[in-house]
Amino acid sequence: MKFQIEDVTVYFPYDNIYPEQYAYMLELKRALDAKGHCLLEMPTGTGKTIALLSLITSYVLSKPHAPLKLLYCTRTVHEMEKTLAELKLLHDYQIRHLGPAAKILALGLSSRKNLCVNQRVLASENRDSVDAGCRKLTASWVRALAAENTSVPTCEFFEQYERAGSAAVLPPGVYTLQDLRIFGKEKGWCPYFLARHMVQFANVVVYSYQYLLDPKVAGIISKEMQKESVVVFDEAHNIDNVCIEALSVSVRRQTIEGARRNLHRMSQEIDKFKATDAGRLRAEYNRLVEGLALRGDLPATDAWLANPALPDDILKEAVPGNIRRAEHFMQVLRRLVQYLEGRLETENVEKEGPVGFVTSILNHAGIDQKTLKFCYDRLHSLMMTLEITDTDEFLHIQTICDFATLVGTYARGFSIIIEPFDERMPHIPDPVLQLCCHDASLAIRPVFERFQSVVITSGTLSPIDLYPRLLNFNPVVSRSFTMSLTRDCICPMVLTRGSDQLPVSTKFDMRSDLGVVRNYGRLLLEMASVVPDGIVCFFVSYSYMDGIVNTWNETGILKEIMQHKLVFIETQDVVETTLALDNYRKACDCGRGAIFFSVARGKVAEGIDFDRHYGRLVIMFGVPFQYTLSKILLARLEYLRDTFQIKEGDFLTFDALRQAAQCVGRVIRSKADYGMMIFADKRYSRHDKRSKLPSWILSHLHDAHLNLSTDMALHTAREFLRKMAQPYDKTGGSTGRKTLLSQEDLEKTADGSFVESLF
Amino acid sequence: MSSGKVVKKAKYKATVKDPGTPGILVLTEEKFVFKPNDPTSSNKLEVDFKFIKSHKHTKEGSNKPPWLNLTHSQGSYIFELETFSDLHVCRELVGIALSKHGEAAKVVSEEQLSAAEMGQRIKLLQEDSKLQKLHKELVASGKLTESEFWATKKQLLDRVENRKTKQQIGFKNSLIFDTKPTSDGRINQVKFQLTPEIKYQIFALKPAVHQAFLNFVPSKMSEVDFWNKYFKAEYLHSTKNAVAAAAEAAEDEDLAVFLKDDEILEIEARKKVRRVDPTLDMEADQGDDYTHLPDHGIFRDGTKEISEAQNSLYRRTLLQDLNRQGAVVLEGKTLDIEMENPRAAAEVLARRKQESDGVLEDERHNRISKMTQIEDLQAQDDHRFAPLCIKDPRDYFDSQQVNAVKALDDSQAGMEKIKCSLSSEEAYSFLRDSIYKIKASGLRDPLFSPEVALKVLNELTKNISSTKSHIGKHSQDSVLDILPTSTKEKLLDHWVCSQELLRHFWSSYPITTQNLANKTRRLKDAISQVYSKLEEIKVSAKSDLRHQVSLIVHPMQQALDAALLHYDADIRKRNAKGAKPNGF
Repeated sequence: MKFQIEDVTVYFPYDNIYPEQYAYMLELKRALDAKGHCLLEMPTGTGKTIALLSLITSYVLSKPHAPLKLLYCTRTVHEMEKTLAELKLLHDYQIRHLGPAAKILALGLSSRKNLCVNQRVLASENRDSVDAGCRKLTASWVRALAAENTSVPTCEFFEQYERAGSAAVLPPGVYTLQDLRIFGKEKGWCPYFLARHMVQFANVVVYSYQYLLDPKVAGIISKEMQKESVVVFDEAHNIDNVCIEALSVSVRRQTIEGARRNLHRMSQEIDKFKATDAGRLRAEYNRLVEGLALRGDLPATDAWLANPALPDDILKEAVPGNIRRAEHFMQVLRRLVQYLEGRLETENVEKEGPVGFVTSILNHAGIDQKTLKFCYDRLHSLMMTLEITDTDEFLHIQTICDFATLVGTYARGFSIIIEPFDERMPHIPDPVLQLCCHDASLAIRPVFERFQSVVITSGTLSPIDLYPRLLNFNPVVSRSFTMSLTRDCICPMVLTRGSDQLPVSTKFDMRSDLGVVRNYGRLLLEMASVVPDGIVCFFVSYSYMDGIVNTWNETGILKEIMQHKLVFIETQDVVETTLALDNYRKACDCGRGAIFFSVARGKVAEGIDFDRHYGRLVIMFGVPFQYTLSKILLARLEYLRDTFQIKEGDFLTFDALRQAAQCVGRVIRSKADYGMMIFADKRYSRHDKRSKLPSWILSHLHDAHLNLSTDMALHTAREFLRKMAQPYDKTGGSTGRKTLLSQEDLEKTADGSFVESLF
Repeated sequence: MSSGKVVKKAKYKATVKDPGTPGILVLTEEKFVFKPNDPTSSNKLEVDFKFIKSHKHTKEGSNKPPWLNLTHSQGSYIFELETFSDLHVCRELVGIALSKHGEAAKVVSEEQLSAAEMGQRIKLLQEDSKLQKLHKELVASGKLTESEFWATKKQLLDRVENRKTKQQIGFKNSLIFDTKPTSDGRINQVKFQLTPEIKYQIFALKPAVHQAFLNFVPSKMSEVDFWNKYFKAEYLHSTKNAVAAAAEAAEDEDLAVFLKDDEILEIEARKKVRRVDPTLDMEADQGDDYTHLPDHGIFRDGTKEISEAQNSLYRRTLLQDLNRQGAVVLEGKTLDIEMENPRAAAEVLARRKQESDGVLEDERHNRISKMTQIEDLQAQDDHRFAPLCIKDPRDYFDSQQVNAVKALDDSQAGMEKIKCSLSSEEAYSFLRDSIYKIKASGLRDPLFSPEVALKVLNELTKNISSTKSHIGKHSQDSVLDILPTSTKEKLLDHWVCSQELLRHFWSSYPITTQNLANKTRRLKDAISQVYSKLEEIKVSAKSDLRHQVSLIVHPMQQALDAALLHYDADIRKRNAKGAKPNGF
C-alpha cells in the first residue's frame, strides 16, 4: 500500500497496516525531520522492522537531494538475515511501483568467517583462525612475495577481485550474506572485501552492533561513514551492556602465559630481521620518530583490529621515545606482563581505580601512562614490520596491549578488579584481573556525535526514561507504544503457588527447596499435557537449569514430561544449541510437540523467535536477577548511584524485568499469533517488581491472574486456548477500534489524527 | 441415413496379423454383434458401444483392405469388410452410436482403473451385500455412473488400503540412558535387562557405541563382554566423577570408547549445522562477535557461567543426552528391522545413515523469506469464484442436509413470526372483535356435530393408544419394528437409496461443467422416482400403521423435496441469468 505521512509518500509492502505501525512511522519521521535522536518502544509482534525500513527508505526516496544512508544494527547474524529478507520484500515492492528510480544498494556485513568462500580458509574452526587464514593468503607482503615466487599460495578470489579493480562493484539490489557469497562465487571475487568496499557506497548497511560500538571494529569498518546517516539499533534493550563490554578487558593466567610465548616469538623474529633485513626495523623507527604509529592508509587486507580506545581519545602525537626501538618495546611489554602476573597472585579481592593502577605500574614496572597509552598502536606497527600473518596466535599479547591502552587512556568510568577465585567456586583458584567499564555512555558517545539521527528501538525499553540517562543523550522523540489488539491474543499470568498452595520462587534460600523444584516440575508437566505444539521455558541461569533438570530426572517428573513432548535444551555449546533448536522446530512442525529449556540472558533468549506454533506458552521460572554478589556488578551499581543517582535496587529490578519481558516477548510475532506467558515466582505479584514490565504486557495482565496456583493457571490456559481457536474478525471492526488499517482507512483521514486518537 | 441397423459380411481379426474369422457383423445403435460363419468358433462377439472408446478405419486408396477398428479399454476389435462402401456405412453408424454413448464413455475413460482397484471394488461389493444392492440399484439402472458411485465411497476404498500399511512405531521418548539394574541384594552384583529394542535405541543414540559394536563383536569380544563394558562406562558416568572416568579410560582403551565424547556425533553435528535455518544459526553470530575475543569483554560478572574446563572430555551431561534423545526420536525408526539379532540391527542402522546422508537439500534461503512475511497484514484472498473443494462429499451432504432441514424449520418459524408480529393494538382489536361476535351470536351453535366429533376423537385416541401400547412395551424398539417386514425392508432400501442419491445430488453443486449438469438431471429424475415410490408405500400402508409410516416417510420426502426445489430454483436462476461466458 501507498500512503502519505505529512510530505513523505510511504511505500509499505503489505495491503494493510497496524495503527501502531502508522504511529511509529509518524514519530520516526518527526525525529528524522528534526535530525535528532529518538527512543521508541513498540511491543514485539507489531512489525517494527518493516515499519522502520519502509519509512526510512521512503523518506530517502522523497528527498532525493539529501541522500541519507541507513546503518541498521542488529545484535545477531540471523536477525541481520531476517532484516535483509524484509528489506528485499520492501525493495521489490518499491521497484514495482516506482520503477528503477527506487533502486538501492543494501547489503549485510559480517566477519570473514561468515562471508569467506575460499574452502581452504573456511576449513578452520573459529573466527580468529579464519581471519588469520585469510591474512596468510592476502596480506600485502605475502602477495608481494607471491608475485616473485609462484609457489607461495594466495587466495584466487582475492586476486581476481584485485584484478577487477574499480570494475568490482555490486549492482544495485539487496544482498543477504548468502547472496553475497553466491555473487562472489559466481564472479570469482572475494565477497568479504567486496562488501567491505561497497559499504561506503551502499544506501543501506546491515551489520552487528559492534561494528559501530566497539572501537576495535568500528575503527576499521565504520571509519568513513557519512554524517548524514540514520543509525538504527534494533532490539536495543541490552545496548548498555554491549557498550560496557566493548570497553572491558580481562587478564587471566592463560593470557599471561600466552603473552609470554608471543613475546618470545617476536623477539626471535626481531633477531632474525636484524640479521637479514635490518633496514626494515630502521625504517619503522624513522616512521615512529615522525609520529606516525601507522602508515597512513593500510591496505584493507593488512588491517588488524583497531585501537580499543575511542577515536577521539587517541593521541595524535609521536610515539614516546622509549618504545620506538623494537627491542625496547619488547622490554616494556615484558615488564608489564611481569607486573600483571604479580598482581594476579593475590589472596584477596582487590579493587582499584585506573589512576591508582597506573601509578602503581609506574612505581613497580617503570612504565608511564603515555607509554601505556601507545602500547596497542606500537604493537600493531611492530607486527606489521615483522610481517606476522598468523594473528590468531598473537591474541594474548594483543589483550595485554588493549588493557594497557585502555588503562592509560581513561581515568574515570572504569575500575580494576582482581579476584583470586570465583565466589561460587572458592575451591578452584582462577585468578582474574578485570578492567571493567561502568559507563555505557562512553562507547556510544561517538555514535551520537557523529551521526545525524540515532534510533534506539526495542520491544522492551521500560522504563523509557532510564535509557537516556544510562546512555547520556537527549532524544528529540521518546515514545512507548501500546499494542492495539483485535483479541486478547496474549495471556500473561503470575503464578505464585504450586498445586499444593506452597509458594514458588527462585529466591536464593528457596530455589533448592525440593518442594519448589517439584512444584515447578508439576507446573510444566500439567501445562505440557494441555498446551499444543511448542512450549519454551526460561530459567534464571545455566547452573540452576542444570540442577533442576537433574532433580526432575531423578524424581521421575522428567520422564512424565517426556511422555507428552520431546525435550530440547540450550547448552553452552553453540553448535549443539543450534541443532537442538532446529530439532525443536522440526518437532513443532510435524505436530509432535516439544519443550525447549533455555536461559534468560542466554543466546537463545536474546535472538530466537518462538512465534506461532513454535511457542504457544512460555514459562519464566523465577526472576532473572544478576548475580548480585559479583564484584563487577557492585562496582557498576556504585558508579551508577554516584553518577546518575540510580538506586541499586531499582537498577537490579529494572535489569531483571527487562530480561524477563524479553524472554516472554519471544512468543508473539503478529496479531494473528497468540501465546501465553507464565511468570512463575511469587515475587512477580509484588507491585514494585511487576510495574517494571512493559506496558503492553501489563495491560493484558488481569487482576485475576496476579496470584494463581498451578491448577488455576491450568484452567485459565484451557479457556484461553479454546477462545483462541475461534475464528475472529482480523480488522477488529466490530469492537469500534480498528486494529488493522487499509489504504482507504488511511486516505479517509489523511492527517492521521484519528490514528493518534487510538493511543 | 441412420437405418438403425446394418448387417454386413466381415472378417473379425483379433490382431492385425490375424488372418481373420469370416462371419456376419450386425451393428445397431446400442451394440454390435459378430457371428462367425463357423458356429464352433469361439470368436463370437456381442459388445455394447458404451465400452468402445473410439473407432478408426483405413483410408480408401491406401494399399490396406477396408478395416474398421473399434478400440476398447483393453485393446481393439478389428473387422475387415468386403468393400470400402460397406466400411462407410458401418463407420457412419458407429459414429452415431459412439456419439450417443460418448457422455458415458467419456466418464469411464476419465479414470484409468487399474486391475487392483477393480479387484478392490469387487471385493468390497462382495463383502457388503447392502452396498451391492445399492450398486445394483443405482449403477445398473444408469442413475449413477460407476465412477460417480465410487467417488463417494473413497473412504471405504482408502480404509482397505490403509489396512495394508501398518503404522510405523517410533521410539519411545524415554531416557534409556538410565536402564535401571536389578539386584537381588545378596551378592555384590547387578543385572541389566536388555531387550533388542533397547539395544537398537542405544545404537541410534550413540554412534560411537554402534561403531565399536561393529568393530569389536564378535571378533574381539563377545556380546556379553561388550555390554558389560558399556554399562561399566555408564556407571562411571553416573558417578559424575570425571577424574575417575579419565583414569579408567587411560587404563582400558576399549572402555575409553564409551567414555569419550562421541566424535561421530560431533562430525555429524558440524555437517548438520550448515543446513540449519539461518534464523536459528547462532554459530554465525559467534563468527561475528569481536567483543568476545578471548579475554575481551567482562569475564566474570555473574551473568556468565562457570565450567570446569579440565576433563571436559569425559563429562557428558544429562542435557546433552536429552538433546540427543529428542533428535533420535524425531528421526524415527527404520521400517521392519529384525531386532532379534543386534548385529543385523547394527548393520541396518549403518546403512540407513548413509542413505539419509545422501538426501541433502539446502532450502535455507526459501525458509527465511517465508518467515519474514507478516501474515495478517496481507490482503485476505477473497476470490469470489473460488472453486468449491469438497474433500469428502459425505460430510458436505450431511452438513447440507442439516441446513436443509433447518431451512424448513426456519420457514415455519418465519410464519409463526409473522403471526406474532402483530402489534399489540391489532391483537387487541382482533380479540375485541371476536368477543363482540360471541356476545352477539352467543355460543349456542357448536362448531361440529357431536357425532362427528366423537368419531374423530375415537379414531385419534385409538391410534394413540395403539402406538402407546406398541412403543410402551419396549422403549428400545423403534417404530420400524412394528411395521411388517416387507414394508420395513422396502423403506430401509429406499432410505439408503435416497440418501445416496441426495449425497450425489448435493455434492454436484455448484454446477460448473456440463458433466455435472447432466448428472444432476439424471439424479433429479431418479429422486422423483424414489419420491413417488415413497408416496406409494405411504398410501399402501395399512390404516393403523399409516400414521407411523407417514411419520417415517415425511422427513425423507422433505429432504427429497428440498433437493427438487433446489434443482428447480437453480435451473430457473440459471435460465434467468442467461448465458454466461463459459455457459455456467
